[in-house]
Amino acid sequence: MSNLDNLYREIIMEHYKNPRNHGLVDNENYKSNRIKNPSCGDDITVQTLIEDNKVKDIKQEATGCSISVASASVLTEIMKGKTVEDAKRIADAYLNMVTNKEYDQSIDLEEASVFSGVKKFPARIKCASIAWVAFKDTLE
Amino acid sequence: MIENKWKQDFPQLNGDFYYFDSAATSLKPEIVINSVNYYNRELSSNINRGMYDKSQKATELYEESRKTIAKFINAKNDEIIFTRGTTASLNFVASAYGLTNLTADDEILTSELEHHSSVLPWINVASKTKAKLKYIELEKPGKITIEAFKKAITNKTKVVAINYVSNVMGYIVPIKEIVEIAHKHNAIVIVDGAQAVQHIPVDVKALDVDFFAFSGHKMLGPTGIGVLYGKQELLEKIKPIEFGGDMTIDVEKNSFGWKVSPTKFEAGTMPIAGAIGLKTAVDYLTNIGIDKVSEYTKDLYNYFLNQVEMIKGLIIYNPNSDANIFTFNLENVPSHDAISFFAEKNIALRAGQHCAKLIHDYLNINASLRGTIYIYNTYEEIDFLVETIKEAIDYFKKLGF
Repeated sequence: MSNLDNLYREIIMEHYKNPRNHGLVDNENYKSNRIKNPSCGDDITVQTLIEDNKVKDIKQEATGCSISVASASVLTEIMKGKTVEDAKRIADAYLNMVTNKEYDQSIDLEEASVFSGVKKFPARIKCASIAWVAFKDTLE
Repeated sequence: MIENKWKQDFPQLNGDFYYFDSAATSLKPEIVINSVNYYNRELSSNINRGMYDKSQKATELYEESRKTIAKFINAKNDEIIFTRGTTASLNFVASAYGLTNLTADDEILTSELEHHSSVLPWINVASKTKAKLKYIELEKPGKITIEAFKKAITNKTKVVAINYVSNVMGYIVPIKEIVEIAHKHNAIVIVDGAQAVQHIPVDVKALDVDFFAFSGHKMLGPTGIGVLYGKQELLEKIKPIEFGGDMTIDVEKNSFGWKVSPTKFEAGTMPIAGAIGLKTAVDYLTNIGIDKVSEYTKDLYNYFLNQVEMIKGLIIYNPNSDANIFTFNLENVPSHDAISFFAEKNIALRAGQHCAKLIHDYLNINASLRGTIYIYNTYEEIDFLVETIKEAIDYFKKLGF
């Protein structure tokens, strides 16, 4: 498989075309975080509802390339129902994976593991990270 | 097909690498690299102050560079100020001239075509002085016309901040006519020439511009060195905004005076190696002749355009660009997805907003891909680029974009 084929996996394309948990809510119980990347035009907002120390709900709205849109979508699917601590651990592991750093491989990244191909494209790391970085900030 | 005589002068092009990102920065010919190295290896010493041979020689070369650049754009030597680049040049004019001369009654005229370095400094001036910032209405697909300029200028206009060639659209702005009209309204004109000097002959006296800025690294020179041309009478009136070594006379505990232009604007140790390298770059371009550069690259650009015009799935936003810049997208493919395909083939393009968000808003797109053709590109490289564009369109279509 070429580096490019390994980047554009079917699951990523599926999420790009049908992003999950898309659309923001007007509810102040959700913690909202928007990150724009002015160099490429990415514009991503993540909204997180925390109840009883768990991610009760998560919403996203992402404009950008397929990798940034799909990674926002996959993020929301994985994080729903996780405790805040688990959510942070998974996000850290994911961000280390896409930046080709060492990470705890015992942590189950579930569908997000399809983004491992990003590490071969240093110029695209930001695309895969932006929603996850935005999400982490909503947990603080 | 004409054989390319210049590619061999660029050591970075020694293998499987296709460079179409010259609007971002140009490659450097061996002789420019050598002249930077010559200063660093043989002459490292400060200019203007060392009382020994090497310092004298370095000072001489630094000032020779100023002379060469002055001649290149038909200015006087003392009208050439060295800076860090176009951004520093344009910011200097906004701060040193704009902040002190404008008031709430004045208007600044600019355009959505500007690179951020040509417009953000004036957004800042407008917010601080309360002067009104106005935009010239563009003509499709994204051009500045005399008619639109005439409509936008008023007797309140004090400053026109405008590009000579847009870094996204590549169209030549009719600067000479704009300056003539602006001067009738007593407005000064500040020109961002970063994408012009490497493509078209520039004569600041014939254009009658008040300020003209450009960068070394986009015209085969080193990074970290740029130029600001200013009319002598304006430079005499403007006060420096940076204070420090070499620009002063007569320092007391509570006061100091400064030298005349350009020294009063060049505080501290300047990028000496950069200035020396830039002289070599200008010499190199002058030896070829900017007209020749323009002729060769235009032929190449037209060769490219003829092949891509009919490609389905390719959107070009600026047909018939004057500076061989082609800004495009693959239909339904975000530019950052497309760029990875080209990068995998060792083709260097630019993806994003190219530090010019407002023109992307005008085009109603989020981002774009940009390529530029320059003297080291060849017909064979264009063929490869065109083939890759076709392959990319197929590839992304198959993926489901």
